[in-house]
Amino acid sequence: MMQDSHKQETEPREARKGDWVQIHRVILPPEERADRVPEDTRKVPLEMWMNGFLVPEKAAIGDEVEIRTTIGRSERGVLLRVNPGYEHSFGKTVPELLQIGTQLRSLLREAE
Amino acid sequence: MMSKKTSYEELMARKGEIIKKSVGIDYSQFESGSIAFDFEGMLQSTGYSLDTIRSIQRETGVGNTPIYELRNLTKLARKYAPAGKGARIFIKDEAANPSGSFKARRAATSVYHAKKHGYPGVIAATSGNYGAAVASQAAMRGMDCIVVQECYDSHRIGQPEIIEKARKCEAYGAEVMQLSVGPELFFTFLKLLEDTGFFNASLYTTFGVTGIETIGLEIAEQMRELTGDVPTAVVITNAGGGNLTGTARGLRTAGAESSRIIAASVNLEGLNMASDTQFNRKSFTTGHTGFGIPFTTFPDRSDVPRSAARPLRYMDRYVTVNQGEVFYMTEALARTEGLERGPAGNTSLAAAFAIAQEMDRDETIIVQETEYTGAGKHVQPQLAFARDNGIEIRFGDPRDEKPGTSIILPEDPSFIRARDLEMNDLRRSYIRYSVEFARQMHGGDKGAARLRFDANDMTFLAEETRYTREQVEKAIGDLGLR
Repeated sequence: MMQDSHKQETEPREARKGDWVQIHRVILPPEERADRVPEDTRKVPLEMWMNGFLVPEKAAIGDEVEIRTTIGRSERGVLLRVNPGYEHSFGKTVPELLQIGTQLRSLLREAE
Repeated sequence: MMSKKTSYEELMARKGEIIKKSVGIDYSQFESGSIAFDFEGMLQSTGYSLDTIRSIQRETGVGNTPIYELRNLTKLARKYAPAGKGARIFIKDEAANPSGSFKARRAATSVYHAKKHGYPGVIAATSGNYGAAVASQAAMRGMDCIVVQECYDSHRIGQPEIIEKARKCEAYGAEVMQLSVGPELFFTFLKLLEDTGFFNASLYTTFGVTGIETIGLEIAEQMRELTGDVPTAVVITNAGGGNLTGTARGLRTAGAESSRIIAASVNLEGLNMASDTQFNRKSFTTGHTGFGIPFTTFPDRSDVPRSAARPLRYMDRYVTVNQGEVFYMTEALARTEGLERGPAGNTSLAAAFAIAQEMDRDETIIVQETEYTGAGKHVQPQLAFARDNGIEIRFGDPRDEKPGTSIILPEDPSFIRARDLEMNDLRRSYIRYSVEFARQMHGGDKGAARLRFDANDMTFLAEETRYTREQVEKAIGDLGLR
Protein backbone atom coordinates (compact mmCIF):
# COMPACT_ATOMS: atom_id res chain seq x y z
CA MET A 1 0.00 0.00 0.00
CA MET A 2 1.15 3.51 -0.80
CA GLN A 3 2.09 5.52 2.21
CA ASP A 4 2.47 9.24 2.20
CA SER A 5 3.60 10.43 5.60
CA HIS A 6 3.90 13.99 4.30
CA LYS A 7 0.20 14.53 3.82
CA GLN A 8 -1.30 16.91 6.31
CA GLU A 9 -4.22 14.61 7.26
CA THR A 10 -1.88 11.95 8.57
CA GLU A 11 0.32 14.36 10.49
CA PRO A 12 0.10 14.57 14.28
CA ARG A 13 -2.25 17.18 15.75
CA GLU A 14 0.08 17.89 18.65
CA ALA A 15 3.76 18.68 18.96
CA ARG A 16 6.35 18.57 21.73
CA LYS A 17 9.33 20.78 22.43
CA GLY A 18 11.99 20.29 19.78
CA ASP A 19 9.62 18.88 17.14
CA TRP A 20 10.05 20.19 13.57
CA VAL A 21 6.94 22.26 12.89
CA GLN A 22 5.52 24.85 10.54
CA ILE A 23 3.96 28.12 11.64
CA HIS A 24 1.81 30.66 9.85
CA ARG A 25 1.47 34.37 10.48
CA VAL A 26 -0.29 37.29 8.83
CA ILE A 27 2.30 39.98 8.20
CA LEU A 28 -0.01 42.62 6.77
CA PRO A 29 -3.83 42.41 6.90
CA PRO A 30 -5.58 43.58 3.70
CA GLU A 31 -6.20 47.11 5.00
CA GLU A 32 -2.50 47.63 5.72
CA ARG A 33 -1.13 46.52 2.35
CA ALA A 34 0.94 48.90 0.26
CA ASP A 35 -0.95 51.35 -1.93
CA ARG A 36 0.58 50.25 -5.21
CA VAL A 37 -0.46 46.59 -4.89
CA PRO A 38 -2.98 45.37 -7.53
CA GLU A 39 -6.60 45.31 -6.41
CA ASP A 40 -6.94 41.51 -6.14
CA THR A 41 -3.81 41.27 -4.00
CA ARG A 42 -4.97 44.12 -1.75
CA LYS A 43 -8.10 42.12 -0.86
CA VAL A 44 -6.00 39.41 0.82
CA PRO A 45 -3.42 39.52 3.62
CA LEU A 46 0.34 39.19 3.18
CA GLU A 47 1.02 35.83 4.84
CA MET A 48 4.13 34.01 6.01
CA TRP A 49 5.02 30.36 6.54
CA MET A 50 8.12 29.10 8.25
CA ASN A 51 9.61 25.88 9.60
CA GLY A 52 11.50 25.46 12.87
CA PHE A 53 11.81 23.59 16.17
CA LEU A 54 8.98 24.05 18.67
CA VAL A 55 10.00 26.03 21.77
CA PRO A 56 7.14 25.36 24.29
CA GLU A 57 6.87 21.96 26.04
CA LYS A 58 3.66 21.10 24.20
CA ALA A 59 1.33 22.68 21.65
CA ALA A 60 -1.63 21.76 19.47
CA ILE A 61 -2.39 22.74 15.88
CA GLY A 62 -3.86 26.25 15.97
CA ASP A 63 -1.94 27.40 19.06
CA GLU A 64 0.16 30.55 18.89
CA VAL A 65 3.73 29.32 19.42
CA GLU A 66 7.40 30.26 19.30
CA ILE A 67 9.87 28.34 17.12
CA ARG A 68 13.65 28.32 16.69
CA THR A 69 14.69 28.19 13.06
CA THR A 70 17.56 26.07 11.72
CA ILE A 71 19.90 29.01 12.30
CA GLY A 72 18.58 29.60 15.83
CA ARG A 73 16.37 32.63 15.27
CA SER A 74 13.10 32.99 17.09
CA GLU A 75 9.81 33.42 15.20
CA ARG A 76 6.19 33.38 16.34
CA GLY A 77 3.04 32.21 14.61
CA VAL A 78 0.13 29.79 14.66
CA LEU A 79 1.12 26.12 14.67
CA LEU A 80 0.07 24.71 11.31
CA ARG A 81 1.88 21.41 10.74
CA VAL A 82 4.03 18.91 12.60
CA ASN A 83 6.91 17.33 10.68
CA PRO A 84 6.09 19.33 7.55
CA GLY A 85 7.43 17.70 4.42
CA TYR A 86 7.45 18.40 0.71
CA GLU A 87 4.79 17.01 -1.59
CA HIS A 88 6.03 18.35 -4.94
CA SER A 89 6.66 15.68 -7.52
CA PHE A 90 7.02 15.11 -11.25
CA GLY A 91 3.29 15.62 -11.59
CA LYS A 92 0.60 13.97 -13.67
CA THR A 93 1.68 12.87 -17.13
CA VAL A 94 1.25 15.47 -19.83
CA PRO A 95 0.70 13.22 -22.86
CA GLU A 96 1.63 15.94 -25.36
CA LEU A 97 5.21 15.86 -24.08
CA LEU A 98 5.54 12.21 -25.08
CA GLN A 99 4.89 13.07 -28.72
CA ILE A 100 7.74 15.58 -28.97
CA GLY A 101 10.58 13.06 -28.72
CA THR A 102 9.06 10.75 -31.30
CA GLN A 103 8.53 13.62 -33.72
CA LEU A 104 12.09 14.86 -33.28
CA ARG A 105 13.55 11.40 -33.84
CA SER A 106 11.79 11.01 -37.15
CA LEU A 107 12.70 14.56 -38.22
CA LEU A 108 16.34 13.83 -37.43
CA ARG A 109 16.23 10.60 -39.42
CA GLU A 110 14.90 12.55 -42.40
CA ALA A 111 17.77 15.03 -42.00
CA GLU A 112 20.44 12.28 -42.16
CA MET B 1 -0.27 52.97 20.00
CA MET B 2 1.35 53.16 16.60
CA SER B 3 -0.48 51.35 13.84
CA LYS B 4 1.31 48.78 11.71
CA LYS B 5 0.83 51.04 8.71
CA THR B 6 3.02 53.59 10.46
CA SER B 7 5.64 50.99 11.26
CA TYR B 8 5.57 49.92 7.60
CA GLU B 9 6.09 53.49 6.47
CA GLU B 10 8.71 54.11 9.15
CA LEU B 11 10.68 51.08 8.11
CA MET B 12 10.48 52.05 4.45
CA ALA B 13 11.76 55.51 5.40
CA ARG B 14 14.86 53.89 6.94
CA LYS B 15 15.42 51.88 3.74
CA GLY B 16 18.50 53.79 2.62
CA GLU B 17 20.28 53.41 5.93
CA ILE B 18 19.40 49.70 6.29
CA ILE B 19 20.56 48.87 2.75
CA LYS B 20 23.80 50.81 3.19
CA LYS B 21 24.65 48.86 6.34
CA SER B 22 23.59 45.53 4.85
CA VAL B 23 25.77 45.77 1.74
CA GLY B 24 28.55 47.94 3.17
CA ILE B 25 28.48 50.25 0.15
CA ASP B 26 27.87 53.99 0.36
CA TYR B 27 26.19 54.62 -2.96
CA SER B 28 26.17 58.41 -2.54
CA GLN B 29 29.89 58.52 -3.41
CA PHE B 30 29.07 57.47 -6.99
CA GLU B 31 26.30 60.02 -7.55
CA SER B 32 26.88 63.10 -9.69
CA GLY B 33 23.85 64.91 -8.31
CA SER B 34 21.90 64.65 -11.53
CA ILE B 35 21.29 61.73 -13.92
CA ALA B 36 24.79 60.33 -14.27
CA PHE B 37 26.51 58.13 -11.73
CA ASP B 38 29.92 56.52 -11.77
CA PHE B 39 29.10 52.98 -12.93
CA GLU B 40 32.66 51.80 -13.50
CA GLY B 41 33.74 53.42 -10.24
CA MET B 42 31.02 51.50 -8.43
CA LEU B 43 32.13 48.22 -10.01
CA GLN B 44 35.78 48.83 -9.11
CA SER B 45 35.04 50.03 -5.57
CA THR B 46 34.68 46.61 -3.95
CA GLY B 47 38.30 45.85 -4.76
CA TYR B 48 37.91 42.38 -6.27
CA SER B 49 39.72 41.90 -9.56
CA LEU B 50 38.49 39.30 -12.02
CA ASP B 51 41.46 37.09 -11.07
CA THR B 52 40.49 37.33 -7.41
CA ILE B 53 36.88 36.49 -8.18
CA ARG B 54 38.04 33.48 -10.16
CA SER B 55 40.10 32.18 -7.26
CA ILE B 56 37.24 32.82 -4.77
CA GLN B 57 34.98 30.78 -7.06
CA ARG B 58 37.55 27.99 -7.37
CA GLU B 59 37.67 27.69 -3.56
CA THR B 60 34.03 26.61 -3.55
CA GLY B 61 33.99 24.63 -6.80
CA VAL B 62 32.17 27.28 -8.82
CA GLY B 63 32.73 27.70 -12.56
CA ASN B 64 34.80 25.81 -15.13
CA THR B 65 31.61 24.23 -16.43
CA PRO B 66 31.73 22.29 -19.70
CA ILE B 67 30.52 23.48 -23.10
CA TYR B 68 28.75 20.95 -25.31
CA GLU B 69 28.08 21.22 -29.01
CA LEU B 70 24.41 20.45 -29.70
CA ARG B 71 24.93 18.53 -32.92
CA ASN B 72 21.44 17.12 -33.26
CA LEU B 73 19.71 20.42 -32.60
CA THR B 74 22.08 22.07 -35.08
CA LYS B 75 21.15 19.43 -37.66
CA LEU B 76 17.47 20.06 -36.95
CA ALA B 77 17.86 23.85 -37.22
CA ARG B 78 19.61 23.43 -40.59
CA LYS B 79 16.66 21.39 -41.83
CA TYR B 80 14.52 24.54 -41.53
CA ALA B 81 17.17 27.13 -42.42
CA PRO B 82 17.69 28.62 -45.91
CA ALA B 83 20.57 27.13 -47.94
CA GLY B 84 23.96 27.93 -46.40
CA LYS B 85 22.39 28.97 -43.12
CA GLY B 86 22.28 27.28 -39.72
CA ALA B 87 25.01 28.17 -37.23
CA ARG B 88 26.56 25.56 -34.95
CA ILE B 89 24.74 25.61 -31.58
CA PHE B 90 26.65 25.21 -28.31
CA ILE B 91 25.54 25.22 -24.68
CA LYS B 92 27.40 26.07 -21.48
CA ASP B 93 26.32 23.56 -18.88
CA GLU B 94 25.99 25.82 -15.86
CA ALA B 95 23.91 23.15 -14.12
CA ALA B 96 27.32 21.66 -13.27
CA ASN B 97 27.87 24.37 -10.64
CA PRO B 98 27.57 23.27 -6.97
CA SER B 99 23.98 24.50 -6.51
CA GLY B 100 22.88 23.56 -10.03
CA SER B 101 22.91 26.91 -11.80
CA PHE B 102 25.08 29.88 -12.82
CA LYS B 103 23.73 31.70 -9.77
CA ALA B 104 26.55 30.08 -7.75
CA ARG B 105 28.86 32.56 -9.49
CA ARG B 106 26.76 35.47 -8.26
CA ALA B 107 26.58 34.15 -4.71
CA ALA B 108 30.27 33.25 -4.35
CA THR B 109 31.75 36.74 -3.94
CA SER B 110 28.86 37.99 -1.78
CA VAL B 111 29.21 35.18 0.72
CA TYR B 112 33.02 35.43 0.69
CA HIS B 113 32.80 39.18 1.28
CA ALA B 114 30.17 38.84 4.04
CA LYS B 115 32.36 36.35 5.89
CA LYS B 116 35.52 38.43 5.47
CA HIS B 117 33.80 41.51 6.83
CA GLY B 118 32.39 39.75 9.87
CA TYR B 119 28.70 39.76 9.00
CA PRO B 120 26.90 37.13 11.12
CA GLY B 121 25.05 35.72 8.08
CA VAL B 122 23.63 36.36 4.63
CA ILE B 123 20.10 37.01 3.37
CA ALA B 124 18.71 36.78 -0.13
CA ALA B 125 15.21 37.64 -1.32
CA THR B 126 14.57 35.21 -4.18
CA SER B 127 12.19 32.49 -5.27
CA GLY B 128 14.66 31.13 -7.78
CA ASN B 129 18.00 29.37 -8.17
CA TYR B 130 19.79 32.26 -6.49
CA GLY B 131 18.47 31.24 -3.05
CA ALA B 132 19.93 27.77 -3.45
CA ALA B 133 23.19 29.30 -4.63
CA VAL B 134 23.54 31.59 -1.60
CA ALA B 135 22.52 28.75 0.74
CA SER B 136 25.08 26.42 -0.84
CA GLN B 137 27.90 28.97 -0.68
CA ALA B 138 26.94 29.82 2.93
CA ALA B 139 27.04 26.13 3.84
CA MET B 140 30.55 25.85 2.37
CA ARG B 141 31.78 28.87 4.30
CA GLY B 142 29.97 27.96 7.52
CA MET B 143 27.67 30.99 7.52
CA ASP B 144 24.03 31.35 8.52
CA CYS B 145 21.64 32.00 5.66
CA ILE B 146 18.05 33.18 5.29
CA VAL B 147 16.14 32.99 2.02
CA VAL B 148 12.90 34.97 1.63
CA GLN B 149 10.60 33.61 -1.08
CA GLU B 150 7.42 34.79 -2.73
CA CYS B 151 5.83 31.36 -2.94
CA TYR B 152 2.07 31.03 -2.54
CA ASP B 153 -1.13 32.67 -3.68
CA SER B 154 -3.88 33.44 -1.13
CA HIS B 155 -5.21 29.87 -1.44
CA ARG B 156 -1.78 28.64 -0.41
CA ILE B 157 -1.15 27.14 -3.80
CA GLY B 158 2.51 27.38 -4.68
CA GLN B 159 4.38 27.06 -7.95
CA PRO B 160 6.02 23.60 -7.91
CA GLU B 161 9.25 25.18 -9.09
CA ILE B 162 9.40 27.55 -6.11
CA ILE B 163 8.53 24.82 -3.61
CA GLU B 164 11.40 22.76 -4.98
CA LYS B 165 13.68 25.76 -4.44
CA ALA B 166 12.54 26.02 -0.80
CA ARG B 167 13.41 22.35 -0.34
CA LYS B 168 16.83 22.87 -1.87
CA CYS B 169 17.58 25.89 0.34
CA GLU B 170 16.58 23.89 3.43
CA ALA B 171 18.75 21.02 2.21
CA TYR B 172 21.75 23.39 2.42
CA GLY B 173 20.73 24.42 5.96
CA ALA B 174 19.16 27.78 5.15
CA GLU B 175 16.17 29.20 6.95
CA VAL B 176 13.40 29.73 4.42
CA MET B 177 10.70 32.33 4.93
CA GLN B 178 7.84 31.78 2.51
CA LEU B 179 5.46 34.62 1.73
CA SER B 180 2.28 35.07 -0.24
CA VAL B 181 2.22 37.25 -3.36
CA GLY B 182 3.06 40.92 -3.11
CA PRO B 183 5.83 43.48 -3.42
CA GLU B 184 5.74 44.07 0.36
CA LEU B 185 8.16 41.16 0.48
CA PHE B 186 10.68 43.99 0.46
CA PHE B 187 9.28 45.28 3.78
CA THR B 188 9.73 41.84 5.39
CA PHE B 189 13.20 41.62 3.87
CA LEU B 190 14.25 45.02 5.25
CA LYS B 191 12.94 44.07 8.70
CA LEU B 192 15.01 40.87 8.64
CA LEU B 193 18.10 42.80 7.55
CA GLU B 194 17.61 45.26 10.41
CA ASP B 195 16.85 42.60 13.03
CA THR B 196 19.71 40.25 12.13
CA GLY B 197 22.47 42.54 10.84
CA PHE B 198 23.06 39.97 8.09
CA PHE B 199 24.68 40.80 4.76
CA ASN B 200 22.26 41.54 1.92
CA ALA B 201 23.35 39.16 -0.83
CA SER B 202 21.51 41.26 -3.40
CA LEU B 203 21.60 40.18 -7.03
CA TYR B 204 22.18 43.79 -7.98
CA THR B 205 25.32 44.77 -6.08
CA THR B 206 28.74 44.73 -7.68
CA PHE B 207 29.36 41.35 -5.99
CA GLY B 208 26.24 39.88 -7.57
CA VAL B 209 27.15 41.01 -11.07
CA THR B 210 30.94 40.84 -11.37
CA GLY B 211 30.80 37.17 -10.29
CA ILE B 212 29.21 36.36 -13.65
CA GLU B 213 32.08 37.90 -15.62
CA THR B 214 33.87 34.57 -15.24
CA ILE B 215 31.25 32.95 -17.53
CA GLY B 216 32.17 35.39 -20.28
CA LEU B 217 35.86 34.65 -19.82
CA GLU B 218 35.31 30.90 -19.86
CA ILE B 219 33.09 31.06 -22.96
CA ALA B 220 35.77 32.97 -24.88
CA GLU B 221 38.54 30.61 -23.74
CA GLN B 222 36.61 27.38 -24.30
CA MET B 223 35.15 28.39 -27.65
CA ARG B 224 38.61 29.38 -28.92
CA GLU B 225 39.74 25.91 -27.99
CA LEU B 226 36.70 24.14 -29.46
CA THR B 227 36.22 26.14 -32.65
CA GLY B 228 39.29 28.29 -33.03
CA ASP B 229 37.40 31.52 -32.40
CA VAL B 230 35.11 33.32 -29.99
CA PRO B 231 31.38 32.69 -30.57
CA THR B 232 29.61 34.74 -33.23
CA ALA B 233 26.61 35.18 -30.93
CA VAL B 234 25.84 34.57 -27.26
CA VAL B 235 22.21 34.15 -26.17
CA ILE B 236 21.47 35.06 -22.57
CA THR B 237 18.22 34.57 -20.67
CA ASN B 238 17.31 37.98 -19.32
CA ALA B 239 15.39 38.89 -16.17
CA GLY B 240 17.08 41.31 -13.76
CA GLY B 241 19.88 41.96 -16.25
CA GLY B 242 22.82 40.76 -14.15
CA ASN B 243 23.40 37.63 -16.17
CA LEU B 244 23.68 39.62 -19.38
CA THR B 245 25.76 42.43 -17.89
CA GLY B 246 28.30 40.10 -16.27
CA THR B 247 28.61 37.75 -19.23
CA ALA B 248 29.06 40.60 -21.73
CA ARG B 249 31.70 42.27 -19.56
CA GLY B 250 33.59 39.01 -19.19
CA LEU B 251 33.53 38.47 -22.95
CA ARG B 252 34.91 41.97 -23.52
CA THR B 253 37.69 41.40 -21.01
CA ALA B 254 38.56 38.21 -22.87
CA GLY B 255 38.78 40.13 -26.16
CA ALA B 256 35.52 38.76 -27.55
CA GLU B 257 34.21 42.21 -28.57
CA SER B 258 32.89 40.74 -31.83
CA SER B 259 30.47 38.34 -30.10
CA ARG B 260 26.92 39.58 -30.49
CA ILE B 261 25.01 39.78 -27.21
CA ILE B 262 21.42 38.61 -27.55
CA ALA B 263 18.96 38.79 -24.66
CA ALA B 264 16.04 36.36 -24.53
CA SER B 265 12.98 36.38 -22.25
CA VAL B 266 9.81 34.33 -22.08
CA ASN B 267 6.87 36.38 -23.22
CA LEU B 268 4.42 36.90 -20.33
CA GLU B 269 2.77 39.97 -21.77
CA GLY B 270 -0.45 40.93 -20.01
CA LEU B 271 0.27 39.21 -16.69
CA ASN B 272 0.77 41.37 -13.60
CA MET B 273 3.61 39.99 -11.48
CA ALA B 274 2.14 41.36 -8.23
CA SER B 275 -1.34 39.93 -8.83
CA ASP B 276 -2.57 37.25 -6.43
CA THR B 277 -4.96 35.72 -8.96
CA GLN B 278 -2.43 35.73 -11.84
CA PHE B 279 0.51 34.40 -9.79
CA ASN B 280 -0.16 30.76 -10.64
CA ARG B 281 -1.28 31.37 -14.21
CA LYS B 282 2.29 31.69 -15.44
CA SER B 283 4.65 28.77 -15.87
CA PHE B 284 7.88 30.71 -15.56
CA THR B 285 8.93 32.36 -12.34
CA THR B 286 11.90 34.14 -13.89
CA GLY B 287 13.59 34.78 -17.23
CA HIS B 288 10.37 36.38 -18.39
CA THR B 289 9.39 39.76 -19.81
CA GLY B 290 7.66 40.70 -16.53
CA PHE B 291 11.14 41.20 -15.08
CA GLY B 292 13.23 41.50 -18.22
CA ILE B 293 11.64 44.58 -19.75
CA PRO B 294 11.18 46.65 -16.55
CA PHE B 295 14.73 45.91 -15.39
CA THR B 296 16.19 46.70 -18.82
CA THR B 297 14.42 50.03 -19.09
CA PHE B 298 14.83 50.99 -15.42
CA PRO B 299 17.56 48.95 -13.67
CA ASP B 300 17.49 51.12 -10.54
CA ARG B 301 14.13 49.64 -9.53
CA SER B 302 16.22 46.96 -7.78
CA ASP B 303 16.79 46.53 -4.02
CA VAL B 304 19.95 48.68 -3.98
CA PRO B 305 20.14 52.40 -4.86
CA ARG B 306 22.14 51.80 -8.04
CA SER B 307 22.00 48.46 -9.79
CA ALA B 308 25.22 46.95 -11.11
CA ALA B 309 23.07 45.07 -13.65
CA ARG B 310 22.65 47.40 -16.63
CA PRO B 311 21.84 45.17 -19.62
CA LEU B 312 21.04 47.89 -22.14
CA ARG B 313 24.72 48.91 -22.07
CA TYR B 314 25.68 45.59 -23.65
CA MET B 315 22.65 44.28 -25.51
CA ASP B 316 22.77 44.07 -29.33
CA ARG B 317 19.35 42.52 -29.63
CA TYR B 318 16.46 41.47 -27.37
CA VAL B 319 14.08 38.67 -28.40
CA THR B 320 11.15 36.94 -26.76
CA VAL B 321 9.99 33.34 -27.03
CA ASN B 322 6.75 31.81 -25.80
CA GLN B 323 6.28 29.41 -22.90
CA GLY B 324 5.27 26.56 -25.22
CA GLU B 325 8.45 26.99 -27.27
CA VAL B 326 10.68 26.79 -24.18
CA PHE B 327 8.90 23.68 -22.90
CA TYR B 328 9.21 22.08 -26.33
CA MET B 329 12.93 22.85 -26.49
CA THR B 330 13.41 21.51 -22.96
CA GLU B 331 11.96 18.21 -24.12
CA ALA B 332 14.04 18.42 -27.31
CA LEU B 333 17.26 18.93 -25.32
CA ALA B 334 16.54 15.77 -23.34
CA ARG B 335 15.39 13.65 -26.27
CA THR B 336 17.93 14.63 -28.93
CA GLU B 337 20.96 15.68 -26.90
CA GLY B 338 20.55 13.53 -23.80
CA LEU B 339 20.63 16.57 -21.51
CA GLU B 340 17.77 16.83 -19.03
CA ARG B 341 17.88 20.38 -17.72
CA GLY B 342 15.45 22.80 -16.06
CA PRO B 343 12.93 24.62 -18.25
CA ALA B 344 13.60 28.28 -17.32
CA GLY B 345 17.26 28.14 -18.33
CA ASN B 346 16.23 26.88 -21.75
CA THR B 347 14.64 30.20 -22.69
CA SER B 348 17.85 31.18 -24.45
CA LEU B 349 18.03 27.73 -26.07
CA ALA B 350 14.64 28.22 -27.75
CA ALA B 351 15.81 31.62 -29.00
CA ALA B 352 19.16 30.23 -30.18
CA PHE B 353 17.45 27.48 -32.16
CA ALA B 354 15.53 30.10 -34.14
CA ILE B 355 18.39 32.60 -34.48
CA ALA B 356 20.87 29.92 -35.64
CA GLN B 357 18.70 29.58 -38.76
CA GLU B 358 19.40 33.22 -39.69
CA MET B 359 23.16 32.78 -39.31
CA ASP B 360 25.75 31.29 -41.66
CA ARG B 361 26.76 27.65 -41.26
CA ASP B 362 30.33 28.51 -40.31
CA GLU B 363 29.16 30.80 -37.52
CA THR B 364 28.60 29.73 -33.91
CA ILE B 365 25.92 30.56 -31.36
CA ILE B 366 26.17 29.66 -27.71
CA VAL B 367 23.41 29.23 -25.14
CA GLN B 368 25.06 30.67 -22.09
CA GLU B 369 23.46 28.61 -19.30
CA THR B 370 21.58 25.53 -18.21
CA GLU B 371 20.07 24.83 -14.79
CA TYR B 372 19.37 21.69 -12.77
CA THR B 373 16.04 19.95 -13.02
CA GLY B 374 14.14 17.81 -10.52
CA ALA B 375 10.80 17.24 -8.81
CA GLY B 376 8.63 20.33 -9.20
CA LYS B 377 11.19 22.07 -11.37
CA HIS B 378 10.75 20.20 -14.59
CA VAL B 379 8.74 20.47 -17.78
CA GLN B 380 6.37 17.68 -16.67
CA PRO B 381 5.15 19.01 -13.25
CA GLN B 382 5.18 22.60 -14.48
CA LEU B 383 2.90 21.80 -17.41
CA ALA B 384 0.73 19.52 -15.23
CA PHE B 385 0.39 22.39 -12.75
CA ALA B 386 -0.60 24.77 -15.53
CA ARG B 387 -3.24 22.33 -16.78
CA ASP B 388 -4.60 21.93 -13.23
CA ASN B 389 -4.90 25.71 -13.09
CA GLY B 390 -7.08 25.72 -16.19
CA ILE B 391 -4.41 26.73 -18.70
CA GLU B 392 -5.10 25.26 -22.13
CA ILE B 393 -2.16 23.18 -23.40
CA ARG B 394 -2.07 22.05 -27.01
CA PHE B 395 0.03 21.83 -30.15
CA GLY B 396 -0.32 24.64 -32.64
CA ASP B 397 1.28 27.91 -33.62
CA PRO B 398 2.97 29.45 -30.55
CA ARG B 399 2.03 32.87 -31.92
CA ASP B 400 -1.50 32.10 -30.73
CA GLU B 401 -0.34 31.56 -27.14
CA LYS B 402 -1.97 33.92 -24.64
CA PRO B 403 0.00 34.09 -21.36
CA GLY B 404 -2.23 33.11 -18.45
CA THR B 405 -4.75 31.39 -20.74
CA SER B 406 -2.86 29.02 -23.02
CA ILE B 407 0.46 27.36 -23.65
CA ILE B 408 0.92 26.43 -27.29
CA LEU B 409 3.58 23.83 -28.01
CA PRO B 410 4.96 24.26 -31.54
CA GLU B 411 3.45 21.81 -34.00
CA ASP B 412 6.98 21.11 -35.21
CA PRO B 413 10.34 22.87 -34.80
CA SER B 414 9.65 25.18 -37.76
CA PHE B 415 7.13 27.03 -35.57
CA ILE B 416 9.81 28.14 -33.09
CA ARG B 417 10.50 31.85 -33.54
CA ALA B 418 12.52 34.51 -31.80
CA ARG B 419 10.49 37.73 -31.84
CA ASP B 420 12.51 40.94 -31.74
CA LEU B 421 11.71 43.69 -29.29
CA GLU B 422 12.24 47.16 -30.75
CA MET B 423 15.56 48.31 -29.28
CA ASN B 424 14.76 51.99 -29.87
CA ASP B 425 11.60 51.68 -27.77
CA LEU B 426 13.62 50.12 -24.94
CA ARG B 427 16.28 52.82 -25.18
CA ARG B 428 13.76 55.62 -25.16
CA SER B 429 11.92 54.08 -22.21
CA TYR B 430 15.24 53.88 -20.42
CA ILE B 431 15.91 57.58 -21.05
CA ARG B 432 12.44 58.57 -19.85
CA TYR B 433 12.74 56.53 -16.62
CA SER B 434 16.25 57.87 -15.96
CA VAL B 435 15.15 61.47 -16.23
CA GLU B 436 12.05 60.85 -14.10
CA PHE B 437 14.11 59.01 -11.48
CA ALA B 438 16.61 61.86 -11.26
CA ARG B 439 13.76 64.35 -10.90
CA GLN B 440 12.25 62.30 -8.09
CA MET B 441 15.58 62.26 -6.31
CA HIS B 442 15.55 66.04 -6.61
CA GLY B 443 12.15 66.31 -4.98
CA GLY B 444 9.47 65.62 -7.58
CA ASP B 445 7.92 68.45 -9.58
CA LYS B 446 10.05 71.07 -7.91
CA GLY B 447 13.07 68.96 -8.78
CA ALA B 448 12.08 68.98 -12.42
CA ALA B 449 12.77 72.69 -12.50
CA ARG B 450 16.07 72.32 -10.67
CA LEU B 451 17.39 69.37 -12.65
CA ARG B 452 19.67 70.48 -15.46
CA PHE B 453 21.25 67.98 -17.81
CA ASP B 454 24.91 68.59 -18.36
CA ALA B 455 27.42 67.07 -20.77
CA ASN B 456 28.26 64.40 -18.22
CA ASP B 457 24.62 63.27 -18.15
CA MET B 458 24.48 63.10 -21.94
CA THR B 459 27.60 60.94 -22.07
CA PHE B 460 26.15 58.72 -19.35
CA LEU B 461 22.82 58.25 -21.15
CA ALA B 462 24.69 57.51 -24.39
CA GLU B 463 26.75 54.83 -22.63
CA GLU B 464 23.70 53.36 -20.95
CA THR B 465 21.71 53.10 -24.19
CA ARG B 466 24.51 52.71 -26.78
CA TYR B 467 23.09 55.76 -28.52
CA THR B 468 25.22 58.58 -29.87
CA ARG B 469 25.01 61.90 -27.99
CA GLU B 470 22.90 63.23 -30.87
CA GLN B 471 20.44 60.33 -30.58
CA VAL B 472 20.15 60.97 -26.83
CA GLU B 473 19.48 64.67 -27.45
CA LYS B 474 16.85 63.81 -30.04
CA ALA B 475 15.14 61.26 -27.75
CA ILE B 476 15.02 63.77 -24.89
CA GLY B 477 13.48 66.32 -27.20
CA ASP B 478 10.97 63.88 -28.74
CA LEU B 479 9.91 62.64 -25.30
CA GLY B 480 9.34 66.21 -24.07
CA LEU B 481 11.79 65.80 -21.22
CA ARG B 482 13.56 69.13 -21.51
